[in-house]
Amino acid sequence: MSASEPPINSPEIRRLTPVLGPGYTFGSVTDKISSIVLTRRTSFGWYVGFLISFGFSALMTIAIGWLFTKGVGIWGINIPVGWGFAIVNFVWWIGIGHAGTLISAILFLLNQKWRTSINRFAEAMTLFAVACAGIFPLIHTGRPWMAYYMFPYPSTMGIWPQFRSPLIWDVFAVSTYGTVSLLFWFVGLIPDLATLRDRALTKPKQIIYGMLALGWRGSVRHWHRYQSAYLLLAGLATPLVLSVHTVVSFDFAVAIVPGWHTTIFPPYFVAGAIYSGFAMVLSIAIPLRKAYGLEDFITMRHLDNMAKVMLATGLIVAYGYFFEFFLSFYSGNKFDLYLVQQRIHGPYSHFYYALILCNILTPQLLWFYEIRHNVLVLFLMSLVINTGMWLERFVIVVISLTRDFTPSAWGRYQPTFWDWATFTGTIGFFVMLLFLFVRVLPAISIAEMRELVAETAEAD
Amino acid sequence: MERRSHLYGVLAEFSAPEELIHAVERARAEGYRRMDAYTPFPVEGLARAMGLKRNMVPFVTLLGGLAGGLGGFGFQYWAAAISYPQNIGGRPLNSWPAFIPVTFELTVLGAALCAVFGMLALNRLPQPHHPVFNVGRFVHASSDRFYLCIEARDPKFHIAETAKFLQALHSHHVSEVTDD
Repeated sequence: MSASEPPINSPEIRRLTPVLGPGYTFGSVTDKISSIVLTRRTSFGWYVGFLISFGFSALMTIAIGWLFTKGVGIWGINIPVGWGFAIVNFVWWIGIGHAGTLISAILFLLNQKWRTSINRFAEAMTLFAVACAGIFPLIHTGRPWMAYYMFPYPSTMGIWPQFRSPLIWDVFAVSTYGTVSLLFWFVGLIPDLATLRDRALTKPKQIIYGMLALGWRGSVRHWHRYQSAYLLLAGLATPLVLSVHTVVSFDFAVAIVPGWHTTIFPPYFVAGAIYSGFAMVLSIAIPLRKAYGLEDFITMRHLDNMAKVMLATGLIVAYGYFFEFFLSFYSGNKFDLYLVQQRIHGPYSHFYYALILCNILTPQLLWFYEIRHNVLVLFLMSLVINTGMWLERFVIVVISLTRDFTPSAWGRYQPTFWDWATFTGTIGFFVMLLFLFVRVLPAISIAEMRELVAETAEAD
Repeated sequence: MERRSHLYGVLAEFSAPEELIHAVERARAEGYRRMDAYTPFPVEGLARAMGLKRNMVPFVTLLGGLAGGLGGFGFQYWAAAISYPQNIGGRPLNSWPAFIPVTFELTVLGAALCAVFGMLALNRLPQPHHPVFNVGRFVHASSDRFYLCIEARDPKFHIAETAKFLQALHSHHVSEVTDD
């Protein structure tokens, strides 16, 4: 080593940290990623993880079954707190999904090469998070077998949904988001399914992957239209992802409840969604790269960039918290001011302080290069931020509803065992779907990695 | 009835994208037109070398977006102002700002569905069988090899001549493609 070489964390070296480990060819990226699905033996750890998460999804099924038997009275909701855990969890899950779309669509439009190896599982995460999110408003309706009332269908009653209501906007936003995310994910998967079809060793796998691949043969004419469609989908998903959490925030902001009725909600909800979503991507990426030895594909550069996105969106969220307070004082509205006082001194103030600690104070460590490059700290940080974002929704829903305009309408909220069972159950369900996903589909886009190999070779 | 296998074309294999682009350019200069290239990832410059211009996917997507947006707004207007009008304190029935979120979502939904299904339909997918799949080595088309197939329906096609032409372009494998 020559003496003139720059120190390890100097800006020059940092810029040179590649998005792909050295020495990869078209064939070797294909082998490495497809072998995880096709030839590698399912590890003992996979079974353990799958069984634990399966146990929690079973708990979710039991909790929902019991709910359908007894009704929403088994939850801690009451009057005034009619929303409770169901809406807290809904907003939390739907927010987590946002990072997947951001990575796959916005970073694609911005031509960010580092998205390539993380977009596939981030999109899968989006789909599974939306699935978990969708459960909550459905079971919260009390009579979920009548949920189809929310869709405009020609009923014998001759009435239509109230299109002026944010709750109906939510139905359209979330179902469109789920559909477009699924389309985006599937379109990205088609070439990889063809790879799996061609490399599968057993007949059933060849048939299943073959049917899913739709007969893809990589014709240049097909690629030509495929690229147009992919680019257009990215362009469509970008405003869509911004609209979804905006509409979710309208569920609150359109109401006149103190602490909800504010115009800062849409941008601050979107930033919070991306914040928690990137935290979840890190929570998944770090164990995934370790378990399957993908350190050359999901490099420190990826983790570093994701940490920076978290820091930036975390600062926007902090700005949102600041402005909520500022606007209460600036407006001088006594109900808003009382709510601020309740957040700081009320019965749920410890949730508020925990929220500030998790979402604003702890992430400031991400300013440091050493922290962003410490995988374990980053993993723990991502869990802390996800907890913080859950607390944020709890604070918004519960503190506002327990302290609205007249003291006679004030109340308390206490989640029950069944609230926790449903919530932890959906986490288990989410993790279980991820376990199944990494086992049966390529967790990293093989076709895009080949493209990256070609571009890297060109750059050399 | 006697089963005969029809000749579909001649398939040449290359190991690098640049070789394939070069081969396509040479084949076009030679006068071949009915051909297709197969690659494991979208190769930059290949579509241009093949002489492909714009495609219909953006137009189909635009139609889908327009249908979703106009249909979405029109339906809300019809439901709220014509089919089931409700007079709430004299507020206007056509409260258009409140219809924008759903209109927007349906625009995106219509456009996205048309982009994906339009792309698949224009590509004639799903198509489980294609003659190139009969070539054993073609499994590498989804991994690390690049293929050029000059089809038998090309007026200039001549089995021996075309195969010789492709071999001269440094293809390591040239094989006949039959459709049976």
